Amino acid sequence: MKKTYTLMRARQRDRRHLLRGAAAAAGSALLAGCDRLSQNESFVETLKSAQHLSRAAQKIVAPRPAMAQEFGPADVAQTFRSNGTLNPGDADYVALRDAGFAGYKLSVGGLVARPAEFTLDELKAMPARTQITRHDCVEGWSCIGKWKGVQLGPILDRVQPRPEARFVVFRCFDSMEGPSLDGRDSRYYESIDFDDAHHVQTILAYELNDQPLPVSNGAPLRCRVERQLGYKQAKYIRAIELVESFAGIRGGKGGYWEDEGYEWYGGI
Amino acid sequence: MDIEATLPSARVDARAARRIYRHRLPVRLMHWINVVCLTVLLMSGLNIFNAHPALYWGQESTFAQPWISFGARNTPQGPVGYTRIAGHEFDTSGVLGLSTSPDSGTPMARAFPWWATIPGPQWLAMARHWHFFFAWIFVINGILYVLYTIFSKHLKRDLVPTRDELKNIGRSIVDHLKFKHPTGEAATRYNVLQSLTYLIVIFGLLPLVVIAGLAMSPRLDAVFTGWVELLGGRQSARTLHFLTAFGLLLFVVVHVAEVFIAGVWNEMRSMITGWYALPEDAAKKEAQP
Repeated sequence: MKKTYTLMRARQRDRRHLLRGAAAAAGSALLAGCDRLSQNESFVETLKSAQHLSRAAQKIVAPRPAMAQEFGPADVAQTFRSNGTLNPGDADYVALRDAGFAGYKLSVGGLVARPAEFTLDELKAMPARTQITRHDCVEGWSCIGKWKGVQLGPILDRVQPRPEARFVVFRCFDSMEGPSLDGRDSRYYESIDFDDAHHVQTILAYELNDQPLPVSNGAPLRCRVERQLGYKQAKYIRAIELVESFAGIRGGKGGYWEDEGYEWYGGI
Repeated sequence: MDIEATLPSARVDARAARRIYRHRLPVRLMHWINVVCLTVLLMSGLNIFNAHPALYWGQESTFAQPWISFGARNTPQGPVGYTRIAGHEFDTSGVLGLSTSPDSGTPMARAFPWWATIPGPQWLAMARHWHFFFAWIFVINGILYVLYTIFSKHLKRDLVPTRDELKNIGRSIVDHLKFKHPTGEAATRYNVLQSLTYLIVIFGLLPLVVIAGLAMSPRLDAVFTGWVELLGGRQSARTLHFLTAFGLLLFVVVHVAEVFIAGVWNEMRSMITGWYALPEDAAKKEAQP
């Protein structure tokens, strides 16, 4: 009797081991499968196609004029967190920074009838918008800051976009991978569509929390596209270029992080 | 009764068990789609979480005071992984904060370990692709399920407990604590704790995890001003999204444990083919010679 009992227990134990082993094997096969799928181009393209659905759905429920929430002065964070480049080492930027950005000029060109350049003083002389908004990083954190700047819409009107222009590309000063010896361009760039470019809250900011924009937050000029994630808010803007498509611009995906695999649409 | 009585008792048990068609095809299909979605969503969600492994309450991140955070730091004895909750630190080396890389075999600083995330390596962009793709399937599947439960009367007939069942909830709690499961006629219906749990999950946790997820989208913030504040602000929404996900994980653990307790083959068969063998009535069994 006792012997049968022990045998039964042993069998149960074996079965438990077997089950546990099988579960572990199935688990790691599943994980390995997911990792292999993450390397499969057509599978990843399928996964990424969800962003078109998200964007279309979000444009329906939060249409073009819908406003991002604005906050009160009490909500402003004491220090606005900086992320990405904190102090560009690029020679042209360093020269401008050391001169207090006196020689800075924003060039606006590409598919426009009248390309133009704007000094900081010219930008500051234009009607300004101040907004206290929440910055949402793709990593998951949020920070509230008070921004002052000039709306992008009127600047675009000034240069008269050609009918074929579809996107606004921001060219930045900061090389993301340091000064490159082989001449590879790794300067930050970003892009938005005309819906966002003409949005009331889309500004080129030159002030943060009533102070000139700090270097770590993108001095002298950064973009605020309030209804998208942090990586869309280009810092250290050098030039603005209107284009019909991203083909021929670096990785062809419309932005530095987009070329690294992130979604072009950063509303989610 | 009479023919079976002459058969060896084990076979009587098998033959005597009445089979019922318990789960209809749409429910079975939607159940397994949900299993795949929740698995991918949880694991890709943990990979996304690892990008900033700290949670806050309110509109924004108070970086110095998260209510929970995970991390690793160097000590004279080597690197230590920690979980910090409301200022109290716990050494969670090996799993949380610090875990071993499967490729290099060296300890890595990351909140959740590779075996809990999709993809395994820390890869925010890829985890987001997985998460949002399966979130769409999950939401569409969930909406279809809710419509189905209403229009097929599955909700009214099977999920909403009757007044009598609610009255006897104390009995059901005691039965659960004794790992005793309903048999015979009583087993044709979900027991009252089971149906209440399903209702809380279907109409509570699952919608909440979706709404808290949507509240993190900067574009959806603009649907109407201030709606994210109803959840306490965006960082509260991130916290709720995380907690609800773990609430769902807890449900799944108990759910699967119950499946094993109640009889894994019978339960699995009923969710695959629909057919469920009613566990024999204990009273009847005793009455047999």
